[in-house]
Amino acid sequence: MTPRATDIAAAVRAGGTTASEVVEAALERIEAGDDEISAFLRVTPDHARSRAREVDAAVEAGRDPGPLAGVPVGMKDVLCTEGVETTCGSRILAGWHPPYTATAVARLEAAGAVMVGKTNMDEFAMGSSNENSAFGPARNPCDTERVPGGSSGGSAAAVAAGFVPVALGSDTGGSIRQPASLCGIVGMKPTYGRVSRYGLVAFASSLDQVGPMTTNVADAALVYGAIAGPDALDATSIPDTPPDVTAELERGLEGMTFGVIEELSRGDAFEPAVIAAFERTLSAIEAAGGRVVEVSLPSAPHALSAYYLIAPAEASSNLARFDGMRYGLRVEGESAEDTNRRTREAGFGDEVKRRIMLGTYALSAGYYDAYYAKAQKVRSLVIRDFAAAYADADVLCSPTSPSVAFRLGERSHDPLAMDQSDLCTIPTNLAGHPGISVWCGDDAAGLPIGFQILAPALEEARLFRAAAGVEAELGTRAVGGGGEP
Amino acid sequence: MSISRADVVHVAKLARLELTEEEIEQFTGQLSDILDHAARIRELDTEDVAPTAHPLPLANVMREDEPGPTLDREAFLSQAPACEDGYVRVPRILDESGGGPGGGS
Repeated sequence: MTPRATDIAAAVRAGGTTASEVVEAALERIEAGDDEISAFLRVTPDHARSRAREVDAAVEAGRDPGPLAGVPVGMKDVLCTEGVETTCGSRILAGWHPPYTATAVARLEAAGAVMVGKTNMDEFAMGSSNENSAFGPARNPCDTERVPGGSSGGSAAAVAAGFVPVALGSDTGGSIRQPASLCGIVGMKPTYGRVSRYGLVAFASSLDQVGPMTTNVADAALVYGAIAGPDALDATSIPDTPPDVTAELERGLEGMTFGVIEELSRGDAFEPAVIAAFERTLSAIEAAGGRVVEVSLPSAPHALSAYYLIAPAEASSNLARFDGMRYGLRVEGESAEDTNRRTREAGFGDEVKRRIMLGTYALSAGYYDAYYAKAQKVRSLVIRDFAAAYADADVLCSPTSPSVAFRLGERSHDPLAMDQSDLCTIPTNLAGHPGISVWCGDDAAGLPIGFQILAPALEEARLFRAAAGVEAELGTRAVGGGGEP
Repeated sequence: MSISRADVVHVAKLARLELTEEEIEQFTGQLSDILDHAARIRELDTEDVAPTAHPLPLANVMREDEPGPTLDREAFLSQAPACEDGYVRVPRILDESGGGPGGGS
């Protein structure tokens, strides 16, 4: 079983082990196990070994390498890494070596972490199963016939398989929390703007956010502390200093009110095992001194529709940059425009084309008011409903996803069925609020189920307190395929 | 069905996607399904609701307009599909008679 990031960093800082030893062990685990999982699109042993030596040199020289000293990390391949190929899971960027590094990656490494590779993902973060990766799907370590979720499926699988204790993901409509749920780990989306988007290849710019994926809440808090905070390179970065969330982890649930979102916790879309695990978690919260109330988010059923207009609209604009001119693939045509078309036809996969088409349609003359402008108004309704719900509760909760991990191929030809798995996560992204998924049990077949906790904008301290409190009652799921519960 | 085959062909042209016959067929059905689903938001009364383009009340960030270090030009050009004399080389967009900056070949 992989040690926790907090334990690794403590041992490396104290000289009990070296970053090089820790990183070598992670590289061996990946080498031995990733043929079956495909969590990584590429492993970066040279980079990892040289970074580990820097960390070890700092310790030897009596300097503190940082709170994540020697912690091996998988970076979702949507995050730019200077000199290391970054593809976003797309053929159109195959072979692209970014000339700069994403702020979240740079901050994590500045805190002593060591990147060991780039993780698999749905192409341009569009998907909920990782089956839209141009380089083949990642598989769920809990059952390799099933999907790990998406779009940060490779990051979730890398942590759940025990390859690395930490991975970074990105969450536009649930892409950190849903795969965390399906793989039985912790996945956290910060408040929009809390973590810099500099170097995060854009999908839907008003929704995208980078966040941690870990085996436990304390490690997620540690990573959050390292990557959050203002950045002059991202104009939408929140200027405030982020809260010290590690101070919240031991406070417990006494006196905290959890609001169960009625519209996102009941109904035909939810598997019985998911509802049962959710109800057990609510009982555990009450037993630990928390209070549980029912709240309503009347606009929630419409949030999914609004999202499927807003996100593709922003994507169609963002992905216009892939035109075969300045970087990435170019398929020569008879004219510049013909080159654009041929490059995009050859470079993009089905789901990306579908969303570009949908977004272009929603933004086109004659349809803008009916679709895009209307969706932006629904977004205001969602924000208003959340504000009303938080009047009655400190945090809100629901299952993270209505189902456990589904089989590869089961939903890949039905976009609407696929979208259902993001039902519970999407409203938060529209509001820009933070959210987290923690493991809350397995179904009869041993497939993990996630419990989602949401908090108002900027209230990550409250979110982590609640998540740590729930984890203290339910424990964490063993990673690495087996081991003790 | 809310989207016709002609709509799909038109939107593909706007989006600079050269779709195959098979893709046109497939997208016509799928986009109709998704839009029919999305169109349910029309039922909502949003008469007095302002649109949200950005979830947080952040103000514009301004900085002094002073020269500073930029990323390395060679690093960028090394990633371009084609380069010439320190520039990215792209297909001609104006013909010779147009007299524009299309020279090169």
